[in-house]
Amino acid sequence: MDFALIITILIKIITLTFVVVLPLVPISVYFERRFSAIIQDRVGPNRVGIPLTLLGAKKDFSFFGLVQPVADGIKLFLKEDFTPAHVRKAFYWMAPALTVAPALITLCVIPFGSDIQLPGMDPVKLVIADINVGPLFIFAVASLSVYGITLAGWSSNSKFPFIGGVRSTAQMISYEIALGLSIIPVLLYFGELNLSKIVQYQADHGWLLLPFWGHGEGALSLASKMMFWIPAFISFLIFTISIFAETNRMPFDLPECETELVGGYHTEYSSMKFAMFFMGEYAAMVVGSALIVTLFLGGWSVGFGLDAGIAGWAIGDFKIGGFIHLGVFLAKVVAFILFFILVRWTVPRFRYDQLMKLGWVIFFEAALINVFLAALVIASGSGKFTPLILAIGGVLLVVTTAAIIYVAKVSEPKARIV
Amino acid sequence: MAIVKLTRPKLSVGEKIYFGALIKGFFLTMKHAIASLRNKSRGAKDMASSGLGVTMQYPEQRWDDHLPEHYRGAPTLVTDEQGRERCVSCQLCEFICPPKAIKIIPGEIPSDDPWAKVEKRPKEFDIDMIRCIYCGMCEEVCPEQAIYLRKDYLISGLTRAEMVHDKKKLYEIGGVRVGLVNKWNEIK
Repeated sequence: MDFALIITILIKIITLTFVVVLPLVPISVYFERRFSAIIQDRVGPNRVGIPLTLLGAKKDFSFFGLVQPVADGIKLFLKEDFTPAHVRKAFYWMAPALTVAPALITLCVIPFGSDIQLPGMDPVKLVIADINVGPLFIFAVASLSVYGITLAGWSSNSKFPFIGGVRSTAQMISYEIALGLSIIPVLLYFGELNLSKIVQYQADHGWLLLPFWGHGEGALSLASKMMFWIPAFISFLIFTISIFAETNRMPFDLPECETELVGGYHTEYSSMKFAMFFMGEYAAMVVGSALIVTLFLGGWSVGFGLDAGIAGWAIGDFKIGGFIHLGVFLAKVVAFILFFILVRWTVPRFRYDQLMKLGWVIFFEAALINVFLAALVIASGSGKFTPLILAIGGVLLVVTTAAIIYVAKVSEPKARIV
Repeated sequence: MAIVKLTRPKLSVGEKIYFGALIKGFFLTMKHAIASLRNKSRGAKDMASSGLGVTMQYPEQRWDDHLPEHYRGAPTLVTDEQGRERCVSCQLCEFICPPKAIKIIPGEIPSDDPWAKVEKRPKEFDIDMIRCIYCGMCEEVCPEQAIYLRKDYLISGLTRAEMVHDKKKLYEIGGVRVGLVNKWNEIK
């Protein structure tokens, strides 16, 4: 029994990480290149394919250049893996692994689909570790990837990587606060920290940002769900933008901005060590969008009350609903990755002080106020409090908001003419 | 120097919040993306591209039809309308050629040849296309209008020897050119 459990977990680890998620990394690199190309009126990599002409066929098979990532990988493997003489070797070698590993570890709590049932066996959950502290686990492990970048910058023993590493440390630590605070309203709403149960709830009662089905009958009414939509949307905004900052993506990619820091923390890296940083960035992006989809956009659920039906689909005794949900989940994640890419090629890079101001002065305060607002909305929906208490709460909310805005405005230094 | 005091522009609330500009940006980028996907990129026609972006996808699409009249491609030798080699191997092009790409070995036309009165034609005429800089001075200097820069630009080879165009190859690319020099004709 225990042995079977261990085998299932091993199979889940191998398939979900190495078959489902890791291929998403090269695919998102390909999408990044093609999408940026069409945005800029270029073509992008559309040639690399299977060279059938070498085998005597008439035409090469180039399926929109989808083989390009493989060619990139081979190129990176064949490049010289150069370690400069001036680096601190142990940390220099450790850093790339430290950026990839946390991103992949966080995958283990993300629910990829509903249950799959093989004939004559217990239903298998499509999540590697179904633990009750999902988001907390993700934040705890994901913040470890700071070490990878910081150590890379420091151990390179050269000024630009060092500045990149320091920037990245400050940036990631600052935005973790906004990240953590922004999902408190979401957790208040679900009353749950288990990601599988959160997704199940959204499948039954409407996505957090699309709550149009499954109300009444012991659940919240449509009106109170629509009321909660406002704080939910604010947390969605803060959370998404903080994820951009956490993954060092474009509007906030100051740790590696070429114009100031050559390549940032990976300047001294080459070959597969550089590729590890690259993979780590994209893996973090995949995990980030998976988390956003899970928390706000219904995870694997198709929505509109169709999920119970789909979960029941079966060929004989083999329940296949889980695979359909897996496909839906991946489609949502890819769509969100495309959004990441669109943002990267639309929004120009922030200045470092703007970044810090956005994190500490705007998002931190906005997330705090949002927690208050969400609590108030939930309290008013529950019907346990008298209107007087709710009114006092509303007044308090307005007063604190005004006070915070006033303080933020006063504390801002006036521009002086030197 | 006078001191110029610059005042920063006053931003309205909408501009400070910044989201409007972001949304505008998304619309702009998506407009380009969708136009590219529909093979209708702006300016695609002028650049003779497929419409997926303005990039011309080279081996399938080429500039050939769009080359201007004065385009300077590979230098070639031409024959006239009666099939006579125009070149009289005066070697002016060889002397003028800045990178010294042209090598001519002059030869005499035997007296039983119908064009014996021209007296000379090149025995060998090599243009080293690795050296050629397509300046067109050979064409300019030629008194017999025998050497022309054609529109061929795809000159490639696997060895240095392959990159040297000999007389046969030069006439093959050059072809026939009518008119301009009539002094050797009987018609005159």
